[in-house]
Amino acid sequence: MSAYLLSILIWLPIIGGAGILLFSKQGQEGAARTASLMLSLVMFVLSLRLWTGFDKQTAAMQFEEKAQWIKAFNINYHLGVDGISMPLIVLTTLLTVIVVIAGWEVIKTRVAQYFAAFLMMEGVMIGVFAAQDAMLFYLFWEVMLIPMFLIIGIWGGPNRIYATIKFFLYTLLGSLLMLVALLYLYNKSGGSFAISDYHALAMPMGVQKWIFLAFFMAFAVKVPMVPVHTWLPDAHVEAPTGGSVILAAIMLKMGGYGFLRFNLPITPDASHALAGYVIALSLIAVIYIAYVALVQGDMKKLIAYSSISHMGFVTLGFFVFNQTALEGAMVQMISHGFISGAMFLVVGVLYDRLHSRDIATYGGVATVMPKFAFFAVLFAMANAGLPGTSGFVGEFLVILGAFQFNAWVATLAALTLVLGAAYTLWMVKRVMFGPIKNEDVKTLVDLSSHEMLFMSILAVFTIAVGVWPNPLLDVMRTTLENLLSHVAVSKL
Amino acid sequence: MTTIYLLTPLLCLFGAIVAGFLGHIVGRKGAHWMTILMVLGAFILSVLVYKDVQAGNIYNGALYTWGLSGGVSFDVGFLIDELSATMMVVVTFVSLMVHIYTIGYMHEDPAYQRFFAFISLFTFAMLMLVMSNNFLQLFFGWEAVGLVSYLLIGFWHTKETAVFANMKAFLVNRVGDFGFLLGIAGVLYLFGSLDYATVFAQAPNAQGALAQTPFGEVKWLTVICLLLFVGAMGKSAQVPLHVWLPDSMEGPTPISALIHAATMVTAGIFMVARMSPLYELSEVALSAILIIGATTAIFMALIGLVQNDIKRVVAYSTLSQLGYMTVALGASAYEIAIFHLGTHAFFKALLFLGAGSVIIAMHHEQDMRKMGGLKAIMPITYITMFIGSLALAGIPPFAGFFSKDMIIESVHASDLFGATYAYYAVLLGVFVTAFYSFRLMFMTFHGKNRADEHMQHGLKESPGVVTWPLILLAIPSVIAGWLFFEPVLKGNYFGSSITVLAQHDTVAQVAEVLHGSGMGLIGNTVLHAFVTPPFWLALAGIGFAVYCYLINPSVPAKIAQRFAPITRMLENKYWVDNVFQKIFADGSVSLGKGLSRYIDSGLIDGGIVNGSARVIGGLSTWLRQWQSGFVYHYAFAMIIGLVALIGWAIWA
Repeated sequence: MSAYLLSILIWLPIIGGAGILLFSKQGQEGAARTASLMLSLVMFVLSLRLWTGFDKQTAAMQFEEKAQWIKAFNINYHLGVDGISMPLIVLTTLLTVIVVIAGWEVIKTRVAQYFAAFLMMEGVMIGVFAAQDAMLFYLFWEVMLIPMFLIIGIWGGPNRIYATIKFFLYTLLGSLLMLVALLYLYNKSGGSFAISDYHALAMPMGVQKWIFLAFFMAFAVKVPMVPVHTWLPDAHVEAPTGGSVILAAIMLKMGGYGFLRFNLPITPDASHALAGYVIALSLIAVIYIAYVALVQGDMKKLIAYSSISHMGFVTLGFFVFNQTALEGAMVQMISHGFISGAMFLVVGVLYDRLHSRDIATYGGVATVMPKFAFFAVLFAMANAGLPGTSGFVGEFLVILGAFQFNAWVATLAALTLVLGAAYTLWMVKRVMFGPIKNEDVKTLVDLSSHEMLFMSILAVFTIAVGVWPNPLLDVMRTTLENLLSHVAVSKL
Repeated sequence: MTTIYLLTPLLCLFGAIVAGFLGHIVGRKGAHWMTILMVLGAFILSVLVYKDVQAGNIYNGALYTWGLSGGVSFDVGFLIDELSATMMVVVTFVSLMVHIYTIGYMHEDPAYQRFFAFISLFTFAMLMLVMSNNFLQLFFGWEAVGLVSYLLIGFWHTKETAVFANMKAFLVNRVGDFGFLLGIAGVLYLFGSLDYATVFAQAPNAQGALAQTPFGEVKWLTVICLLLFVGAMGKSAQVPLHVWLPDSMEGPTPISALIHAATMVTAGIFMVARMSPLYELSEVALSAILIIGATTAIFMALIGLVQNDIKRVVAYSTLSQLGYMTVALGASAYEIAIFHLGTHAFFKALLFLGAGSVIIAMHHEQDMRKMGGLKAIMPITYITMFIGSLALAGIPPFAGFFSKDMIIESVHASDLFGATYAYYAVLLGVFVTAFYSFRLMFMTFHGKNRADEHMQHGLKESPGVVTWPLILLAIPSVIAGWLFFEPVLKGNYFGSSITVLAQHDTVAQVAEVLHGSGMGLIGNTVLHAFVTPPFWLALAGIGFAVYCYLINPSVPAKIAQRFAPITRMLENKYWVDNVFQKIFADGSVSLGKGLSRYIDSGLIDGGIVNGSARVIGGLSTWLRQWQSGFVYHYAFAMIIGLVALIGWAIWA
């Protein structure tokens, strides 16, 4: 089975998701829910086989599959994972389970379609992480937009049309430039779409810079980096909770993944030459966005901005070119998957009850929802990078690594210790603590067993990675070392 | 022994988990018995460890590898030596007292179990901090105690002032941690390791490394020491990062004693003492520490003069005493700083718990102006607090006398930049300390009872769970001074855990003076005290308090009126809080609002994103007009096109 594990991971949820559409009729919601949960659990268990069967000693692609697809253009169905993509795939399957549990009680209309959309998206996202052929990658990359477009457009909030179109156009604009770059590389490489071929391709600086920028546009939009970030708060605000979770936890990571798979190895010289700009934009994200987050009155917007600020650490860690920062950035991606997902679920719990995302609506929630308060404070602290949670590991390693590169860069990045705590804890204070001012808050009921379940799962992962990140660092180490040594060699 | 090391903090963690997650199952009694037994166990084990270390067994080893990144192994591990063993005993002892006391203080609170869970969790975190053998775990413990402090200050989370205070405490501490984390990053950069032993061994070789700063070339060691000290300033509430500590009094009194007086706030002092091999190599850093510590010592003590809230007097006293410890660090008298840390832990925990005992009796009234005459009603509280006050004022032979006198003498012996200022600051501080301590005693326990009917009702001495910890803390407040004075002063108590260069060794100079004739070290010290200013200043402070509050009670008001501007300045805490609130809190919100409105929504989203959408929209509206649907329009356009094409063909 191992030989086709990646294919199974991609196609099982896509076909299974389509199958769940069979339960679309009224009265079949229960069947749709159960089937989706079973499927997502099977997916998670299967993805663990990637982890257990993974060889940490090699940077080569593992679980490879290769078959000819479109002969005329030399496009292949080529899959594989390394230390960068494997943890991201496991993160994807984990978060899909969470989203299914989270949607269990909350989604009441078009239940089968809702779950089917998430499951199909799961397969496509795994496809993005596993594709080793540029065209296959591009295909998954673009197809991924469709389920998310539908999720926001159908189950979203009142302003969802504006948000979906903005989200769609932003990402499409970026990815079209990537397509141009891929076509250029196809010609340049003598007709190959194999990503590994591009890694070996020598190019002059001018060309590298153009290629770099084309990829950069696609991935910077996805991360998102300042100043192409404004689609994210709108998309989050309008998306249903599950959509926000997947968007923040997985889709943003595709941008980071793209940098590691395309920008750094294909255009190492341009990456070095333009690193200063990327670092500057990352620091702007960390600091400027933190200030913007501070004053948001809408909880989802605040967390969306917080996501952008945290993703600044990812891009910063990539472009200071040392092992510590690079590993920190990867851990930050995984950790942000747990924490941002959890933060959106925390808001979702409140939204499901009072249908308001306004901070001003709440106050004193801890009094009526003590269990919820425990998780909310835990994830808020993780969001503020408290040691012992996964949120600390990435930021810590990136700051240490950045300090090796330049002490001032590290100093600016470390401001997040104060700013991140400020916007997170201020929100916590206004929502969770203080006297109850709104009568509606008194009617709130504490977490249901489903809510306890998904909160607990994420809490366990957040703390486990915080207390012992070494297993995670272990699987990434060789791949990242190899990447760094590859990037250190000029391709001019 | 390794099992014992591991067990000591884990017992506390276990107690916290049981009381926290299973609180509803084990019940109130179950929660307090569970946590108290666990902390008692931790205390006994700490004493065993202490004995073992005294016997010469020092341990330094890793427990597990937290992470391996960039060729550096980040470990979690223990360094058990004289310094950490001493801290373990102090922490677990005070924690045990506070656990017992809490039964009485919190017995009406509905969230009883949660409180026990938090204080046990705190003890765990504090133990991990002091037992660490590396900077990473130090930072873990550092932030974890900060987290519990946050949770406990805001324990009564429906109280607006409490949840403001806990956020303020966390954020101000985060400013310190910002420096601290950069300091740690600097250590890794300079030494390639975060392990104490490795770093300290290499430190003398790193003196030549220079950093480019806006102030010219500075030794990297100085930069690192200053950054680490910023962390200490946050945690140990040194000016100007002191603003959070007085507000932290919003939390329940037991935690004011445990966290915000005896243990957590001394983490900064401990950290600098632990890093003595680094600080010894940077006189610039030592001078900065001297000056900041001295400023805290005197200026915070002065604020204590005008406070009427019983807990706030003790809180400002704590700030001032932390300043004393910091001064000792700056004078390279690390062992004296830890000595004072220990004695202060006992008598300050005693004073806080005593204040708490008064507060329970007064039905949670904290204003001393409504107290008075409690001496007869609460004799145990009175006597134990009197002992605590004598110790705080530095009257021989109480514990504070030895440690405080040594600080003053060490600063006197120091010849670093700022030492003279520091000497006079701490000297003046003695008078102020003695005065406010006894002002508190007299306003609370002497004179007429000024309480109203409601408070008078049921006014009685606190129950045994409250008074026994007071008594047990009063004992070390009396004897800890002369018990440990000799070993500490002779310089071998802390063994190799503290490094002092010969040219900075102020403690040795003081010891030299005190060794002389046949009265023994302690006798000499007491005799010596009678001929030096601190003792007389302390007596004068008490005497002045007697005059102002017992003999002629109209004097304080007159003085306050005569020096009205100064009184106002002290009452407003030098306006530091207000200025910080305006600049940092309000300023950040304004900045955020401006950026959000004008840059994010205005320029980027409104201008570029929706702007380009509008441009495209406008363009298509204009283009659409060409699609009129009338055939003759299209025919006409075709003719024009045709003519243009033919013309072009002919001309070209």
